[in-house]
Amino acid sequence: MLAMNYRGPKRVRIDQKPIPEILHPEDAIVRVVRSCICGSDLHLYNGNVPDTRVGSTFGHEFVGIVEEIGSDVHKLKVGDKVIVPFNISCGRCAFCKQELYGNCHESNSQATAVGAIFGYSHTAGGYNGGQAEYVRVPYADVGPTIIPEGMDWDDAVLLTDVVPTGYQAAEMAGIQKGDTVVIFGAGPIGIMAARCSWLFGAGRVIIIDKEDYRLEFARNYSQCEAYNFMDMEDPVVFVKKTTDWMGADVCIDAVGAEAAGNVLQTITGRKLLLQAGSATALHWAINSVKKGGIVSIVGVYGPTDNLVPIGNVVNKGITIRANQASVKRLLPRLIDHVQNGIIKPKQLITHRVPLEEVADAYRMFSEKLDNCIKPVLIPPSAHE
Amino acid sequence: MEEQAKDYSHINGWGIDADPKNDPTYPMKRRTNEEHKGYSWERPPQQPITMEVLHSIERPNVSAVYGTAMPPSGLSGMIRRFAFKHSENSYLHWLPLLVADRVNVVEGLIEDVAEGKVPNIFSEKGYSADWDHNRSGLAVRAAIGAAVVGAVVLMCAGEKNRKRWFNQLMDR
Ligand SMILES: NC(=O)c1ccc[n+]([C@@H]2O[C@H](COP(=O)([O-])OP(=O)(O)OC[C@H]3O[C@@H](n4cnc5c(N)ncnc54)[C@H](O)[C@@H]3O)[C@@H](O)[C@H]2O)c1
Ligand SMILES: [Zn+2]
Ligand SMILES: [Zn+2]
Repeated sequence: MLAMNYRGPKRVRIDQKPIPEILHPEDAIVRVVRSCICGSDLHLYNGNVPDTRVGSTFGHEFVGIVEEIGSDVHKLKVGDKVIVPFNISCGRCAFCKQELYGNCHESNSQATAVGAIFGYSHTAGGYNGGQAEYVRVPYADVGPTIIPEGMDWDDAVLLTDVVPTGYQAAEMAGIQKGDTVVIFGAGPIGIMAARCSWLFGAGRVIIIDKEDYRLEFARNYSQCEAYNFMDMEDPVVFVKKTTDWMGADVCIDAVGAEAAGNVLQTITGRKLLLQAGSATALHWAINSVKKGGIVSIVGVYGPTDNLVPIGNVVNKGITIRANQASVKRLLPRLIDHVQNGIIKPKQLITHRVPLEEVADAYRMFSEKLDNCIKPVLIPPSAHE
Repeated sequence: MEEQAKDYSHINGWGIDADPKNDPTYPMKRRTNEEHKGYSWERPPQQPITMEVLHSIERPNVSAVYGTAMPPSGLSGMIRRFAFKHSENSYLHWLPLLVADRVNVVEGLIEDVAEGKVPNIFSEKGYSADWDHNRSGLAVRAAIGAAVVGAVVLMCAGEKNRKRWFNQLMDR
């Protein structure tokens, strides 16, 4: 089969690899119909996630058709069309029972600091991902969810990560009716977080990024205010000013380790890897939120340390909430929202690229070429 | 900043998931103390261990299922084995892994050549995307040093764009 093959920082290609096999009675093999490239993949692509082994296939956002099932799979059958959550979860450990499906204890041996994620380095379990024609999907009765009648592949593939993550960012923010929400990052996740903040009753939603085309998109899609931090002396002062000098009730970090905007953070976090990525957006979020406010982090950082003003968290009495999205937990509600037209995921897709051109797609998404927001990869075997 | 209207009827779904009782909200909310009495759940059957699987020393075992993407091998594999002697709490875990990743890149090149493949770095880096959408960027990269270009553009840029250029310069 064709599969993306990681060769080193900023080098990927398409290669032939063997079709995966059932290795556990609860496995399924899924034939991929759509897969995406995510901001999270950029941390791998840039070589910033420890234990990213050459030869691995990335891709944690994919949907497809069940091709084969293990002897102990009962809820799925061959031919079913499925949304596969990006997290791999057993459904029965203490954490899964708590609905922390992103923090399962029975799917990743290699680290206790993160759950298992498809195609996301050996630190996240060493699974091959969905930027390929076929994927092995463990615990097939737990995560995969049948795509409801009438929902198309493009909407479905964004339910594997983008929609739940954006929604959970707003949920964790504990938004009260009328709150001012400031979101750092107008990538797919930030745009979705801005849209979902309204569902929780936000009174004002502001998104901050440096890419004008993304800000313009957010203004329309998320119906929010959008500002470019490249035009600001200091984004924190900007937020203070626009909130009557109080600070935002809630700040959301939807940027993570590839943040721009501060030369010290960029050099130590992204170039020298002396910290687990550049923490500029988180820094700004902590300093922009009001006293007693909430900072919700969905931006991804590596497993070591970051330079953030933790003293201010203490002294301002800030609550920080964060996690990998618990996709399975949120899917029923979010499928409803999509079916009722409240969330329109596929409008985020700007590029449909043949899987064979995966290297160009990474480059385009990473360098923000051609006004790219969300690229979807389509394998040659996907005839739909 | 103009005052935003307090009528949200133009926003489809405004407030439908607002729930004042949703506090302390996820991820705290479903904490059930019963389930935190240790390793108490009935474990899924173990995926047969047919290859080397490194596991964190912060857990006693290999998880019931594991990924088989790239078992450790070669020099990078030796470094990874060393890393996994140290806990996730230690730099001696993560830093060697980053070193192993870089060594692994060289191993990948050697492997390609051994298989008679000359890696096409231009295409692996996706530069044809620049050719299609960022031809000037590609030319700049290939031709003159970015600093010279930056200085010239800064000089030509209008007052309005200067702050942006300055910010961009400060970041890259
Ligand atoms: N927690 C989860 O479950 C989860 C799931 C998916 C993605 N993520 C993470 O969410 C983050 C965003 O993902 P994405 O797909 O939208 O990525 P993306 O790379 O498309 O978007 C990030 C955006 O942040 C902007 N940015 C850079 N520095 C900034 C700063 N200092 N302030 C404001 N904006 C800044 C960039 O211009 C870009 O538009 C990533 O870190 C990704 O790993 C987390
Ligand atoms: Zn993702
Ligand atoms: Zn579990």
